[in-house]
Amino acid sequence: MRSQYWMLFTLCSMIIACSKLLPAAPAEDQILDGPVEGLSAEQSIIFLRGDAAFNNDVFTQQTGLGPLFVATSCGSCHAGDGKGHPFSTLVRFGQRDTTGNTFLGAGGPQLQHRALPGYVPELIPSGASFSTFMPPANTGLGYLDAVSDAFILSLADPEDKDGDGISGRPNYIVPASYSQLRAGSIVANGKYIGRFGKKAAVYDLLQQTAGAYNQDMGISSVFEGVDTYSGLLVDQEVSTATIHDVVFYLKTLKAPIERNTGDPVAKAGKVLFNSIGCAKCHLPDMQTGISSIESLSNKRFHPYTDLLLHDMGSGLDDGYTEGTALTAEWRTPPLWGLGLAKKSQGGRYFLLHDGRAKSIEDAITWHDGEAKKSKERYDQLNVEDKNRLLKFLESL
Amino acid sequence: MVCSVTLAQRDSSLFKRIAVDTAGLLMNMDAVYSRPAVQIGKIPVNVGGYVELNSAYVSRDGIAEGLSFQIPRLTLFISSSIRDRIKFLTEIEFEEGGKEISIEFASVDIELHPLLNIRGGIVMNPIGSFNQNHDGPKWEFIDRPLSATTIIPATWSNVGAGIYGKLAKGDWVWAYELYATNGFDDKIINNSQNRTWMPASKDNRERFTESFNGVPLITGKTAIRNVGLGELGISWMGGVYNMFRSEGIKLDKKRSVDFVALDYNTKIPFIKTYINAEWVWAFVDIPDTYTEQFGNRQQGGFIDIVQPLVKKRLLGWNGASINLAVRAEYADYNVGYFRQAGGRIYDEVVAVVPGISFRPSGQTVFRINYRREWQRDLLGNPPAKLAAIQIGLSTYF
Repeated sequence: MRSQYWMLFTLCSMIIACSKLLPAAPAEDQILDGPVEGLSAEQSIIFLRGDAAFNNDVFTQQTGLGPLFVATSCGSCHAGDGKGHPFSTLVRFGQRDTTGNTFLGAGGPQLQHRALPGYVPELIPSGASFSTFMPPANTGLGYLDAVSDAFILSLADPEDKDGDGISGRPNYIVPASYSQLRAGSIVANGKYIGRFGKKAAVYDLLQQTAGAYNQDMGISSVFEGVDTYSGLLVDQEVSTATIHDVVFYLKTLKAPIERNTGDPVAKAGKVLFNSIGCAKCHLPDMQTGISSIESLSNKRFHPYTDLLLHDMGSGLDDGYTEGTALTAEWRTPPLWGLGLAKKSQGGRYFLLHDGRAKSIEDAITWHDGEAKKSKERYDQLNVEDKNRLLKFLESL
Repeated sequence: MVCSVTLAQRDSSLFKRIAVDTAGLLMNMDAVYSRPAVQIGKIPVNVGGYVELNSAYVSRDGIAEGLSFQIPRLTLFISSSIRDRIKFLTEIEFEEGGKEISIEFASVDIELHPLLNIRGGIVMNPIGSFNQNHDGPKWEFIDRPLSATTIIPATWSNVGAGIYGKLAKGDWVWAYELYATNGFDDKIINNSQNRTWMPASKDNRERFTESFNGVPLITGKTAIRNVGLGELGISWMGGVYNMFRSEGIKLDKKRSVDFVALDYNTKIPFIKTYINAEWVWAFVDIPDTYTEQFGNRQQGGFIDIVQPLVKKRLLGWNGASINLAVRAEYADYNVGYFRQAGGRIYDEVVAVVPGISFRPSGQTVFRINYRREWQRDLLGNPPAKLAAIQIGLSTYF
């Protein structure tokens, strides 16, 4: 009888020990992966399909990779759905003015600098200007997609009528032929407001996704059917259903969750963030409109962007542009998830459009143009206040 | 191996169990022939095999995948002495419940002299030690070593031929093996693993009927063993993996794939601690214009330490033993630095596997393992953490 008690005790001990031996799940606010709240079971299934296609599908020569390409999978450039790494940067080339890319016949707009064995990668054509783009984080894109054009336009001040030195304006672009125009889209001279990409030159996530399959991986689809190597219309290499699944996945990835919100240092940093004018472009609060995905409809969220173009000065002028943006103009990048960037960038920061800034402070230092006044106010802060501000930014 | 020393049993019926050499001079290269088997009457054919049954509870980054049961492999082997100094052995493996059936080994051996034997057929390339000595019941660990299965793609066997020999003197024995076989193909850098992945070539079943590129894969190994000190082996395997020419048209230069491996095993006298270790380096010539996702160098290894605790009559089995065991292993699938971006390339796995085993006899092992694994991606981001509690049985039959 005593041995039975002993065995029972041992068994219970083993069960308890086993639960301690398994790794704990990381806190929800420490990871970017995961769906928005409130998806139905049906939507969750689509989300998981998109997740698998985005993170697990690796293209090979047999499944259509290339022959010229930048990456072999979506997940290669967005580890953990976070920002990219210099290894995964891509180069866009083309023109300096807003008349359109004249190098589309020479491999533009994107450089495919890698190639299957036996093929020669692209080189930037003579006379083309170019810029290097760091892959952004994927999270919260559905919220940005669900903001109305009217809301974005309400933030614009192209003539700087309020005299604060900041004159944000939207990038008016020609959407892809397959893009579905949002209800209430605002059109100007036949062009629509772009909101995705470094230059806000992409209308929606379908255009972004189909374009990335094609330009990044050399994968043709019903949406982007021209092979980047031959320039010929070719068979579909990814199904339409998969592209829709990936678009749904990107739309329903949760927004990054702020951390240390109760920390008095971070709170003080947030006050400084507003007082020195950062929040004029990195707008903390936005509101979605009506979305076909109920979880995204009429939601208040905190992206720290205004989705507008701003002149960032000569230091960040690469001489290349897209749409109606000027070469020194960049769309305000969302700051949400900034503090988690290192977790997808190999433990280091690679910030700004091309990853040149190796710290948050370095990134602030590069600000100029419309951000010059805010940057000067930052420079005038004492060390403690700078640290408060940085602590706040790392909490995003 | 802890269990390799087994005593013969004589059956009262027609089945006769064949004794395994217990002289202490067996080497890894002998593993394929030093297995328990049964002879039926006077028919000169020995039959044997082994099976593995496992159950695992796996959790990755706190997300449990639940409990699963596996029968990873069932292996049958048949050997026969055709004439004096001519023998044949085949090993047929059914993996994952029969999803994959493969002939891992099927060769005719002709002994001209102890120092010169000819072997032809499907041979296990003698790279490292695990590839030739991989039977489940010999190991205290449920999972096969990472470096031996994902850098060296054990079990890695190919059609070919070669020579081998042994020379024994006193407590020492020296051996060599040299084979030319079919080899790898370009799947090693063109696969859905998104890394240089040697096991991808195992998917090419045509390697048993023709070479991918006409260039033989050469594998050579030499090893020396002392009864007291243990066995040390060094091996090399090299060939060409790409289709550099087709229909007489040159497509590319010949691109090489090479492996160098060191292996060592010994049993410490008195305390009877068994140590088994293997380390491998792999080198692949990858076009500079291809993606750095696919590494041109890999390395990794494992060390197993097994400590017998008890060996006596247990639960009615004479000579049963209980062993403590621990494995430490490492595999780096992409050694080097980013060419343009700078910084180290990671893509590596580290694992520690403590375990306990119970052996009713040397031929059967019940084992419980706790696997803790840290896997870092290409960029060196915080590792994915995996833990697994594994319970399994493996036995010769």
